[in-house]
Amino acid sequence: MRTVSLALRNLLRNRRRSITTLLAMVIGAVTILVFGGYSRNITLSLQTSYVMRGGHLQIQRQDYFLYGSGNPAAYGISDYQKVIDVVARDPVLAPMLTAVTPTISLGGIAGNFAAGVSRTVIGAGVVVADRNRMRGWNDYGLPMNIPPSALTGSAADAVVIGNGVARVLELCEPLGVPNCKKHAQAEAEAGVAAPADITALAALESRPAATAGEARIEILAANVHGAPNVASLRVVKAERQGFKELDDMYVGMHLAQAQRLLYGGEKPQATAVVLQLAHTRQIPAAKARLAELLASTLKGQPLEVQDFEALNPFYGQAVGMFAAIFGFMAVLIGAIVLFTVGNTMSMAVIERTAEIGTLRAMGLRRSGIRRLFMVEAMLLGVIGAVAGVAAALCVAWLVNHAGLTWVPPGQADPVPLTVRVWGETAMMIGSAALLAVVAVISAWWPARRAARMRIVDALRHV
Amino acid sequence: MNVVTLKHIGKTYHLDAVDVPALIDIDLEIRPNCFTVISGPSGSGKTTLLNLIGCIDQPDSGEVIVAGEAVQTLSDDALSDFRARHIGFIFQNFNLLPVLTVRENVEYPLLLARVPAAERKARVAALIEAVGLSDKAGNFPGELSGGQRQRVAIARALAPSPNLVLADEPTANLDSHTGAAIIALMREMQREHHVTFVFSSHDPKVLAEADDAVMIRDGRIENIERREQRGEEAT
Ligand SMILES: Nc1ncnc2c1ncn2[C@@H]1O[C@H](COP(=O)(O)OP(=O)(O)OP(=O)(O)O)[C@@H](O)[C@H]1O
Ligand SMILES: [Mg+2]
Repeated sequence: MRTVSLALRNLLRNRRRSITTLLAMVIGAVTILVFGGYSRNITLSLQTSYVMRGGHLQIQRQDYFLYGSGNPAAYGISDYQKVIDVVARDPVLAPMLTAVTPTISLGGIAGNFAAGVSRTVIGAGVVVADRNRMRGWNDYGLPMNIPPSALTGSAADAVVIGNGVARVLELCEPLGVPNCKKHAQAEAEAGVAAPADITALAALESRPAATAGEARIEILAANVHGAPNVASLRVVKAERQGFKELDDMYVGMHLAQAQRLLYGGEKPQATAVVLQLAHTRQIPAAKARLAELLASTLKGQPLEVQDFEALNPFYGQAVGMFAAIFGFMAVLIGAIVLFTVGNTMSMAVIERTAEIGTLRAMGLRRSGIRRLFMVEAMLLGVIGAVAGVAAALCVAWLVNHAGLTWVPPGQADPVPLTVRVWGETAMMIGSAALLAVVAVISAWWPARRAARMRIVDALRHV
Repeated sequence: MNVVTLKHIGKTYHLDAVDVPALIDIDLEIRPNCFTVISGPSGSGKTTLLNLIGCIDQPDSGEVIVAGEAVQTLSDDALSDFRARHIGFIFQNFNLLPVLTVRENVEYPLLLARVPAAERKARVAALIEAVGLSDKAGNFPGELSGGQRQRVAIARALAPSPNLVLADEPTANLDSHTGAAIIALMREMQREHHVTFVFSSHDPKVLAEADDAVMIRDGRIENIERREQRGEEAT
């Protein structure tokens, strides 16, 4: 304790230098933590939007993940209701679940044959009530406000399409899609129109008379036997999807509608059973339990489980990229702190040379001298780290209350810009510890030099 | 038994190409409970000699025995502990720790010697009283005059009850009046605490106070006067 109070007084002795050094550490800590909090917010937003959309885990038919998108009809789960029942009633899984719901993913061609345009789309068949529950998932308390799906309470033939789909299918006007000017002429000249055979097929589908201002599309998909199947659907809304790729291809519909497209009158299947958990950290436990269930109760069906990271490789890439930048910055700032504190301690040693000689003459051992400077650096480090974390929290608070908004990757609407420092305990403690440890390390050489001085030389120093 | 015995001490400084012989074949015995003054012209080797006696420097040849211990055989840590227990230092520039108060400065060597807290407190208070600085005990060295600082240094040197107190020109940075008071104080403390004091000085007033006077010139002992002879001179 004596050493600590002596070290503290020595720090106060050269106040301006100590403060400058602390300031360097504080700036370093703020930089690391604010960037860390910002990137943490991005990855958590991304995770949240993936989990809202596709849950944490999906049970799929074996190999669906690799081959199924080419032929979803052939890679369906035939008895998906049993899978859902088993999962929902399982005493281990049930407490973790916030939703378990069947889904269908299909590829097809959507056409607005009235306008003579079409494009390939990805259709999603969903149970709307389940999806609305899933949209409420916000385990990280992000400032998101996702409205219920536009399919809520809609008729069986209702669909929601991406803005991009609406643009291509020339449905902007009835759907009120912004930023979408007419250029039908150009396309007509280029001869982009639905093939005659598809137009003929569409004519077979009994089509309700379109009321004025209503947007309708036809979807063509290959059914389980490989034969084309067409459904005429009413677009209730065009919604911007976060990713351009998705925005240009997305058609969301009721599960039953999607099943009719793929399986016609046959026994309906699902391409996946989506599981959403209360917390992302429950994934390993849930996976382990699912593996047990797949090997026992559900043994009859060839199934496998994919987690959201496997289903959305972009997430892992984003997390990895931010981790790399964070690490890079931490190393850089660590180096700056190393040299700043090292320089401060070197100057302290030189200034106090005569004092070192005096202490040694009075009988303080070399280790005592070393300890004196190490403790001084440690104090600097700890004070700097604590002040740095406090300053980072203040800066984060200011940013969070500045009313800035932005559109995170994978999301359609702007959200408040948030820097997530408070609550990220591991990050705060980790960064603080890094700074403190670097400060102590940086004092190693100056302290060693001080301890090794020849006493008579040190005493001659003025 | 002598407090310090030096046998055939030699010490040479190596400066670039030239060797500077600072001490040449010194034999010296310092008697206990005496006030010994080492005097000689500038550059004669006084500081070098005191450093060897104080065990903060090593001779090139010869043997240094302090308080019965052949100090050259000790490790650096053992030597540090030895100094903490047996040797007090008073410096020309006072060398107090600026961040410690008068009281804490005097207490510091007692911490090094691991003296228990209660005893520490009593000894520190008694010493500060003895050097007449009770009213300044809570002040920092920067708030004291040179003479007051040297009084603190004297109290500090005596705190761990050393066998030997060394002072290299303790009055050189003081005016003659203050210097004389410091010498008188040291003399008084030396008698009271039964310590051996060794110092270097050019000052004739210091020489007058000495029990023993060692004269050196060009690294050799020129002359040693013991009190008995000096006493005869005085009467
Ligand atoms: N560190 C050193 N390096 C080189 N030479 C030194 C060193 N210290 C002392 N000397 C030389 O050794 C000799 C003795 O020096 P020392 O300091 O012991 O003399 P001194 O009697 O204390 O002198 P002063 O009265 O001026 O303090 C001198 O010639 C000096 O130049
Ligand atoms: Mg000298």
